Amino acid sequence: MPKWAMVIDLDKCTGCGDCIAACKLENNIAIVSPEEANDGRVMFWMDMITIYEGEYPNIRVKRFPKPCFHCDNPPCTKVCPVNATYKNEEGLIGQIYHRCIGCRYCMVACPYTAKVFNWLEPEWPDEFKNCFNPDVSLRMMGVVEKCSFCAHRLLKVKEDADSDEREILDNEYLPACSESCPANAIDFGDLENKESRVYNLSRSSRAYREMEDLGTEPKVIYLQKRE
Amino acid sequence: MPKKIQYENELDAPLFRPIYETGKGFYITVGILMLIILWALIMYITQIWFGLGVTGMNQTITWGFYIINFVFFIGISHAGTLISAILRLSRAEWRRPITRMAEVITAIVLAIGGLHPILDLGRPDRVLNIFTSGRLQSPLLWDVTSITAYFTASTVYLYLPMIPDIAKLRDKGGKLTWFYSFLSWGWQGTEHQKKVLNRAISILMIMVIPIAISVHTVISYIFSMTLQPGWHSTIFGPYFVVGAIFSGIAVLLILMIVSRKVFHLEDYLKKIHFQYLSTLLLIMALLWFYFTFSEFLTGIFGSEPHEMEIIHYKFTGPYALFFWGMLLLNFIIPVIILSIKRFKTITGILIASIAVVIGMWLERLNIVVPSLANPRMELPIGIYIPSLVEWSLFLGGIAVFILGFVLFSKFFPLISIWEIEEGREEGIKEVEERVHSYLPGKETGSK
Repeated sequence: MPKWAMVIDLDKCTGCGDCIAACKLENNIAIVSPEEANDGRVMFWMDMITIYEGEYPNIRVKRFPKPCFHCDNPPCTKVCPVNATYKNEEGLIGQIYHRCIGCRYCMVACPYTAKVFNWLEPEWPDEFKNCFNPDVSLRMMGVVEKCSFCAHRLLKVKEDADSDEREILDNEYLPACSESCPANAIDFGDLENKESRVYNLSRSSRAYREMEDLGTEPKVIYLQKRE
Repeated sequence: MPKKIQYENELDAPLFRPIYETGKGFYITVGILMLIILWALIMYITQIWFGLGVTGMNQTITWGFYIINFVFFIGISHAGTLISAILRLSRAEWRRPITRMAEVITAIVLAIGGLHPILDLGRPDRVLNIFTSGRLQSPLLWDVTSITAYFTASTVYLYLPMIPDIAKLRDKGGKLTWFYSFLSWGWQGTEHQKKVLNRAISILMIMVIPIAISVHTVISYIFSMTLQPGWHSTIFGPYFVVGAIFSGIAVLLILMIVSRKVFHLEDYLKKIHFQYLSTLLLIMALLWFYFTFSEFLTGIFGSEPHEMEIIHYKFTGPYALFFWGMLLLNFIIPVIILSIKRFKTITGILIASIAVVIGMWLERLNIVVPSLANPRMELPIGIYIPSLVEWSLFLGGIAVFILGFVLFSKFFPLISIWEIEEGREEGIKEVEERVHSYLPGKETGSK
């Protein structure tokens, strides 16, 4: 069974935010009004974290993209009362929008704050409504959603591979953020496949995962040169 | 005009009076409460219509007033049945005028608190999913289970000791005789019936204690089962139970003082009852402080960065006022009032109890919000300011509670009449025998 993982090379990442835009379009994520966004209700599946280190004038700014980490030991699926968030056999953490009761327990339990809630009926500007991605279902008010590693793309890739009677190739299944990254900072692939780029990068001495000490075993691996 | 029911020549006439005499005050109170409830209902409908966006919650502080009030209301419910069961079990004679009121609080507050998670749902229309696709591994399902069990047990435990009193009301006649005779289950007060009733009460009071403790333990598990700093603590179970009993006794004391005044029960609820019960409140205040102290000391001494961030936020952050207010209201004020004899008057006890109720609500706030406001990820965090909808539903919850209590007092005696009679007839003799049996010397005639 493959185990899908993402490697984000922070030494390559320029912090441009292209991944965020690609993700929003790919996954039909609601465009939250500026007032709502100011109230902290902005909706991102791929977010950009900005950390300011040090004191003025020696400030260092660290930015890194943050999708859902698709933990191998996910704290969110454990607390869901209705099985609306689950881990499938390929290690992807899914959300079932039509089953979710909106208790937001999974959001509270996620140490990475990776999930977002539809506080109001999701809305888009009219131009967006003409170009929804038909592969991703629209969410409704009152449910939790999050990055799916573009699981709908995996379905297509699987169908192609099945009809050609072959295995899925490395780099064949890529989420929108990875595909769009102009700096090629986001790699994606199968951790179980010893030939994949992701497997080799994950063993790099630059590799680390966020809050490894929590034992959540995130499947998003960051690369950064140690100082 | 129905004929006037005679109760004035009863020994316990003051206990019948609120049922048979309805003053203007009753209608005004009920009217005001109904208006508040109607307002809360309108607010809830707007929430259903527009979504949870009408609250002050956001993506990081994703639980707010509803969860705070859920923990708070369920906490209050611990006064009742638990206290009444413990007092019955320890055969404390002074329990007699208190137990009924304590049990009523539990039943009403539990119904209100139990509905709060539904107010908090983004999709209340799907609440039945917890039965069709429920996961028993989720702490929320543990909650559903234990709250349902506690609600069932405590309503039965409220109802059973009411049967002899309901039979008394039935025998008095009047418009509602059919209602009382249905509820009294043919009670005639025979020896056999008394035996069965006493046995049923004994079984229930033993059963209800572990259930009550499980309820607040499991509510604390909702928080402590997550990895969040400030929540992931092993003492949360007992800490929540202590806090629950603490706030519960305070509410019980407030209601006792108010009903004593309103229904003129000075002869039944004497100073001694308040002093005993407030001593219990003092003990709980000290216990609560002990738990709070342990919780913070271990956090500060270990100095784990995320834990420290939250402790720092509580001590000095935007919610610091609520934190120090909590310490003042929950510990300093009640301990000063209740440990100095001069202050331990009924007014003093009332002030201490009100302080504790507010303080315990702040404690729930201090548990829920700061941990959510400081996620481990370094995200820009806003501040949580509850909206009008949330305030209205909080007020609505309190109004439903008071209305429930007022309506109960209209239909049933607030103090168990038959238990007072039993105290008069058998209690004194029994206590005397019991005290004799404690002392050295030959067993006296008791069995």
